[in-house]
Formats: sequence, C-alpha cells, structure tokens
Amino acid sequence: MKTLQLNSITNFKFQTMKTMKTMKRCSMYALLAIAMIGCSDDDAAPLPVNEEEVITTVILTLTPESGEEVVLTAIDLDGDGPGELVTTMSGSFSESTQYQGAVRFLNETETPAEEITDEVLEEADEHQVFYTTTEGLNIQTTYEDQDSQGNPLGLQITLTTGAASDGLLTVTLIHEPTKSAEGVSDGDITNAGGEIDIIADFDVSF
Amino acid sequence: MRLLALLFLLISSIHSFAQECNNTLNGTLLDIHDGSVLTGATIVVTQTGVAAQTDLDGNFTINFLCESTYQLQISHPSCSTKIFTVTIQGKTQKTFKLEHHLELLNEIIVDGKTTNRATKSIYENLVDQQTITTYSSGSLGDALNSISGVSSLNTGNTVVKPMINGLHSSRVLIINNGVQMQDQEWGAEHAPSIDINSVGSLKVIKGAGALQYGGSAIGGVIVASAPKVPLLDSLYGRTILSSSSNGLGGVVSSSLTKSYQNGLHVSVQGSLKRFGDFNAPNYNLSNTGVFERNISAKIGFNRIDYGVEAYYSLFKNEIGILRASHIGGAEDQVRALGSLVPTIIKDFTYSIGNPRQDVTHHLGRIKGFKDIENIGRISLQYDYQQNNRLEFDIRRGSNSVRASLDLVLDTQTLTIDVATEISEKLSAKFGVVGGLQTNYANPETGIRRLIPDYDKYSFAGYASGDFTINQKWVLEAGLRFDYTHINVFKFYRRSFWEDRGYDSQFSDLVIEEYGNQLLVNPKLDFYNPSLTIGTKYSFGLYKLFANYSMSSRAPNPSEQFSEGLHHSASRIELGDLQFTSETAHKISLTLQKRGERFYFTVSPFATEIDDFILIEPTGIRQTIRGNFQVWEYRQINAQMYGLDLDASLSLSDNMRFVHQFSLVKGYDKTSNEPLISMPPASTLNSLVYTNPGFKNLSIAIQSNYVFRQNEFPNTNFEVVLPESIEYIDISTPPAGYHLLNLNLTAAINPDMKVGLYVDNLLNTSYRNYLNRLRYYADDLGRNITLQLKYNY
Repeated sequence: MKTLQLNSITNFKFQTMKTMKTMKRCSMYALLAIAMIGCSDDDAAPLPVNEEEVITTVILTLTPESGEEVVLTAIDLDGDGPGELVTTMSGSFSESTQYQGAVRFLNETETPAEEITDEVLEEADEHQVFYTTTEGLNIQTTYEDQDSQGNPLGLQITLTTGAASDGLLTVTLIHEPTKSAEGVSDGDITNAGGEIDIIADFDVSF
Repeated sequence: MRLLALLFLLISSIHSFAQECNNTLNGTLLDIHDGSVLTGATIVVTQTGVAAQTDLDGNFTINFLCESTYQLQISHPSCSTKIFTVTIQGKTQKTFKLEHHLELLNEIIVDGKTTNRATKSIYENLVDQQTITTYSSGSLGDALNSISGVSSLNTGNTVVKPMINGLHSSRVLIINNGVQMQDQEWGAEHAPSIDINSVGSLKVIKGAGALQYGGSAIGGVIVASAPKVPLLDSLYGRTILSSSSNGLGGVVSSSLTKSYQNGLHVSVQGSLKRFGDFNAPNYNLSNTGVFERNISAKIGFNRIDYGVEAYYSLFKNEIGILRASHIGGAEDQVRALGSLVPTIIKDFTYSIGNPRQDVTHHLGRIKGFKDIENIGRISLQYDYQQNNRLEFDIRRGSNSVRASLDLVLDTQTLTIDVATEISEKLSAKFGVVGGLQTNYANPETGIRRLIPDYDKYSFAGYASGDFTINQKWVLEAGLRFDYTHINVFKFYRRSFWEDRGYDSQFSDLVIEEYGNQLLVNPKLDFYNPSLTIGTKYSFGLYKLFANYSMSSRAPNPSEQFSEGLHHSASRIELGDLQFTSETAHKISLTLQKRGERFYFTVSPFATEIDDFILIEPTGIRQTIRGNFQVWEYRQINAQMYGLDLDASLSLSDNMRFVHQFSLVKGYDKTSNEPLISMPPASTLNSLVYTNPGFKNLSIAIQSNYVFRQNEFPNTNFEVVLPESIEYIDISTPPAGYHLLNLNLTAAINPDMKVGLYVDNLLNTSYRNYLNRLRYYADDLGRNITLQLKYNY
C-alpha cells in the first residue's frame, strides 16, 4: 500500500512537471496576448484639463459720487493648491460716503481671463453675493439688483460708510442659496444654505 | 443414463462456456468531485443483466465476463445513472466516476450553501440564499452586515462599502463569480458593483488566507457566487417583488434557468430597483434616491469532468447623494454642523439631482475546466471588466449636466489554476494570473483628474496545499507572489510639485509643461509576497482553527496621486508618489462548537500592519473658496485586534436565541493614537420562532445595539472667521444607539413565500459613526418592506 502511494506521488511529480511546463507555455502566451492588447493603445499622452469654472479672482470696485475709487482684489491662482490667497486694496475709503459697488469674478487660469460674472448673472436665481462685516466696522450695504424672482443677487450694491472704524469686510458668493429663508434677502448669510463658491476677507479701515 | 448424459453435457457446456468467459472485472466507483468512494451503487451489465453492488470501499467485482466490450449501467441513489463502455481483456481493473452532487446541488439551490471552502484553517462565514433574499431591496453591503465582524462604511444608506474587522476599500477583495471586482474600490464612497439579487451565496474570509484570490487581502475576501445549476432536465425560476415604505420604492428581480441532463445550462437574471428620497424619522433626506438596473446571463456546458461556461453581467446604478452634504469649506462646515437638521430639506421626489453617482459595470468571463487523471482539475479563465464611474457635482449652468468625474477602468485577467489530490491526505492548488488594467480619466469633465491615466500590468503565481494528518488535524500552507508595474501619466499643479520638493527629486519624470501644470510620467514597480500557514483541529463537537498570514498590498492610485479638493468630504486630500507597499501580519483563531442545542463560534484576531497607509489632517489651507482642512496620506505602523462572537441556543423546538458580538480596536503605533473610522463595538440579539408545521412560519425580533466609539483620533480644528474663531468638531463619534427590527416570513404554498420586514421599528433617530454623511443628517427612520417570492 505504501509503495503504491509513493508511486502515485512520483507519478504526480512527473505529471506536475509536465503540467508546469504546459502551464508556463500557456501563461507565456497569455501574457504575450495581454501585452499586445496593452501596447496597442499606448503612447498617447493625455491632455491637460483647463478648469473652466474655477474662480481665481474677485474684484470689488467701489465708486463714490466724487472722490477716490476703491478697488478690493482677492486672487488665488492655483485654486485648492498650496499657493496663497492674496488680497490687495487700491485707494482708501472715506468716512460717511456712499459708493456704487460692482463685483466681478474671473477665471485667470485662462488667457484671456474668463468672465465668470456673466455666468452668475445668467443664473441669478441660483446665486447670491453676501457682504458681511465684523462688529464695529461702520459699513452698510444694500442690494441694487434682483433675480427673476425679485430676490436680491448682489453683483451691484450700494455701500455706505459711517464714522471712522476698522474691521473685516467679507464678500461671499453662494451657489444655490435658499433665498426664501429668514433674513437671506436682507443679506444675512446665516440661513442661506447652499455652498460657498467664493469667500474673500478684506481688511478695511477709514 | 439419459439423465446422466444430459447432466454431463450441461456441466461440460458450462465448463466450455467458462473456458471462454472467465474474465473478472474489478471496479472502483468514485465521486468525480472529491474522489471519495461511492458505496451501495448498483452496476448492471446491460447485455447479460448480471448485477453487482459496490462495497464500503466503493469496489465491486463481476465474474465470468468474456473478452468483449460491455455496457455497464451504474446507478447510485444520489447520482444520475450513467452508462459506461468497458472492454474486458483478461483480469480487468477499472475506475469509474459518477457525479455525486445531484442532491447537494439541489440543496444549494434551496439553501444557497456551498461546501467548497477556500481555506482550511480560517473559519469562513457564509450567508445563505434565504438570508440574501431578505436584503433584495438593499445592497451587497447590507447583506454582509449580517455577519459578525463585518460592518460597512456608508455614504448615506445606498452606498454601502463592506468593511472586515475595521478594514475596507483596497484591503478587501471582492470576488464576483470567480472574478476579482475592479470597480475603483479605493474610494470610500464607491460601493461594490454587484447586484445582490444575482448572488446565490456569500462567503467571507476574514484574512488573507485564501491566496488563490489575491495576496493583498489584508482585510479579507468576500466571495459572491451565482446559484449552482444541477445536471437535470429542468426549467425553473424565481421572481422577487418587494416594496418598502421608506423611499416609497421597491425591487423586481427575476431569474430563469434551463438545464439539461447532458450538462448544458442557460440562465438569465435581471433586477430593477427604484427608490425616491429616503427619510429620517423627522425629515426627508433630499436627493437620496436610487435607480439600479442589472442583467446577467450565463451559458455553460458542464460534463462532470470537463466544462465550459460564459458569463456576462451588466450593473448600472444611479445614486443620489444627500444634497445637504455637498458643501464648501470650513465656513460652510460651521453652518452645516451647527444645524440640527440638514441645511437643505425639500419635498419627497423620485428624481435624482446633483450630487449623484452613475456607475456602469460590465463583467464578462469565460471559464473552462478539465479533470485529468493523476493531475487533477485544470481551469482556465479569462475575464474582462469595464467600470465607468460618473460623478456629478453641483455646478453652474450647462456644466451641471456634465460629469465632474468620468473614469473608465478596463481590466483583463487571465488565470490558470490547477487543483490536485496528491494523495488521499494531501491536496494542492497552484496557479498563475496575468492582468492588464487601463484607467482613462476623461478630460472633457472640465475638472482636473482625480485619478490619473495609467496602465497597470500585473503577474502573480501561487501555490497552496493542505494535509490531513488524521481525523483530528489538518495542516495548511500557501505562498503567493505578486508583481505589479504601473505606468502613470499624471498632471501635477506646479505649486504642489514644488511645495512637495518633487521638483528636485523627480525632475526627470516631467515629460511636458503646460503653464501651471506639469505632465509627469512615473513608472513604478511593486513586488508583493504573501504567505499563509494554519491548522484545523477537530475534537468532539468542537473545531479549532488557527492561522497566521502575511499579506502585502501595493498602494492604490488614490493613495499615491490624490491632489486636490475632495468635495464630498469637504477637504483637500494629498497623496504621496513615494509610497511603498504595506505589509500585514495577522493571527486569527476560531473555536467552534456545533452542539445539538447550543452552537457558537468565537474568533479573536490580532493584526500588525507595517507601512499602513492612512489619511490624516495636517493643517488648514486658505483658498478663495474658503478654508479647507488638508488631509495627507501617510504611512505608519498600525495594530489591530478584536473578537467576533456568534452563538445560537435552542430554547425549544420552535424557539431559538441568536447572539452576535463584534469588537475591534485599532491603533496607530507611530503616534500612539487610535485609528480613525474603526467600527464601534456592536451586539445583535434575536429571538427566532419557527414553525415548519404551520406555513413554514418564522418570526424574528432583532435587537441591534451599537455602542458609541470611544476611541478616535482627534481631528477637530479651529478656523478663524471674521467674527469669531470656530472650533469644528468633525471627529467626536455620535452616541450609541439601539434599533429594533422585526422579520416575519411564511410560505403561502411551497412555491410562494411572503416576508414582512420592519427595520427601525421604533423610528429611532440616530447617527452612525461609519456613515460619512453623519455630520449632515440622521440615518434612516422606520422602514416597512413587504416581499413576495415566487419560485417556479
């Protein structure tokens, strides 16, 4: 009985060797086949994706009836990349002055820069720009434009400064806000929902 | 005298007849599948009507055969009768093989049980077809959740990603009808592309012991198999209709199989699943509907010792992602987390808006096997899969109908396996696998690629064997080696490339520059050995399984190449080009008792993973879209241990108590912190009443208690807002919760079954630590499902 088993093992080994050889050959053919399929669609380097919807730049231009124009700019050219967000301000605010404000959103990864403001205007129902200030900063803003539903949009505003003060002015573009929620049409961002497309803080003093 | 003469004549004639026909046939009858002997089979020589029976060793003898060709009809109570032709020449010895599985196959159709085990030294959990059926309106992950130690990482309630002992994604291999699913499993919000209604049985191997399936199964392997087809002339099918109150939807699933005794079989199966918005106890979960369409077909020819089979399946699933979960940066997070209800709640609808996923998965397989005497069974399989994942985000204007993510993953694999019985005690399996995978990220999305284009070539070989020492001891060992070559075309942002210092380290990889983007072409090689060794010891009613396995996994594309904002997580995720493979060592034990009234399995385990790849927060990045937390992939040393417990006690003939408990602890040994997203301890207790005498009635009350996870890394962060400094708590796990479920099934007639399932009976509001949308909304409220199952 034992010999028989031994025999069958030897026999198996022999057979296995044969199988292994066959398998080796088979697998080599297989790999060859796969490699051939694999190589056929190779060597075509992919094309870069230029993000068309990215907003890199916010420009808020504030024009008084007379006096110096103030331009607030925030630029982040690499979006969510490690590059810094840079905010700058040209001109300076005056006390107790009324300014006509217009905000623009640009995609400067493209040349020429793409005007995202037009898209926002086209979809006014689904967008709203909020202007918020830290406590103590004497700035009031009112909406000067509306969407098709009669709700505020915020691309055009009136900004009025009060007595001398300092703080942060924040410009926020929200996509798909709930404009009907409490306070939202008055510019209160608390119940707006939706999601932030753009947010830029500007250090302001006058 | 006349009588004497006649007698003489008769005797001499017999003598002369015997002179020509005194040959003997010594035969042995074996089961073709496992070579076991078949006793009590009847062998009839059709020409003469002479009959014999096999003895306890499967042997039989037929005497007085002529040197001629005979037809033998061999029949066995549990086999199809088969005619063999045998040529007798002198004393003839021959082995005959019958398919002994007819009964077993029928049993499989009824129970969905399969006795083939992939490993000998790891306890394998099975989910039978009956249990799977109860999840027909859910997903694969839901059905797997019924196993102790298996939990899931969810995105809402329709994206359910299985997790084995706390590990998921690329660490869990999913085998669908013999094919390893390649469905971009690396993403936490990518659920397996398998129709639960096409699955006949589910098996979970908690660990890397099943080396024929792959070496990277650090978490484990899930094997989903289609129902088996018997070798019978038969036409049968099944239709399931189910309708649920939560989501106001349902499922229709049908299958039809035609089989012939000659081994030919054809099956088709299809399902349609449609749900609208689901609801939490107190509000509608807006945009959580699902629309799933699947179809599969199989045609095969199975001749006991050889066979071929072709299989094709199409899985198409459209899933809405909770609208309120799609948010911007930390400023939005403050508002979303501060709100007790989702920030967006709309009326119930069936329509699925953005954000949503649309996944299409094609799977085709051709397989053949042949049993060769003295070698064993040789199988050859070729499979092709295409996974197309579309993800739609909230975008402006015409872009809202444009996918933000559009990946096409093509995978082809060729596998050759040999399974052999070297002796009665020693059996072995070995094989080679070659694969090619191509990922194509469509640039038309207008959004930078999340996963880069790549070509991946892989080659693997394995060998494993088990040795039955005696009735008590079985030893098992296996080895596998995987080689992977990956050729990647990745666009890096110049700012990131330089920030990481890659510009000085890898400047030679840059092949083209486009403004602020660089095209980089890394070619990476990974060599991954894995091994397993274990034993099974049986004594009395007990069995003890013990296994050690080492497995190793090459990093996946998202761990290596992530570089940007991950919308659904509201964070920036950064991968690392320089990652090496992670290596795990796992020891698992299982003690099992199968008593008449009391049954239990207890399975403790301990795992050590070197170079474990995890993602953790490293800071805040201010962008023009707001402040985002930055999460970076990192390699650490991890340690995990835990315990799974299953017990069942018969209280009376009709009443049974079933208990389950799972615990897992995981630590980052590099920083001595707990690991993130470890499943909290949970216990499931059911009281089951069955009455086979009355309509096969079964009533089960199930109590599911999930403890609060009290060990977690603190990933909370502060963000400076114009008015305030906000502390954003994203790591504190939600409270523990208790859910009560009720299951009721009955057979109206033998072919028609009804089921009534009530989940979350008490309409409890709760949030699940492992649900990625737990920050934004409660989990599902009460759901009543009525199901009708008809077999024909």
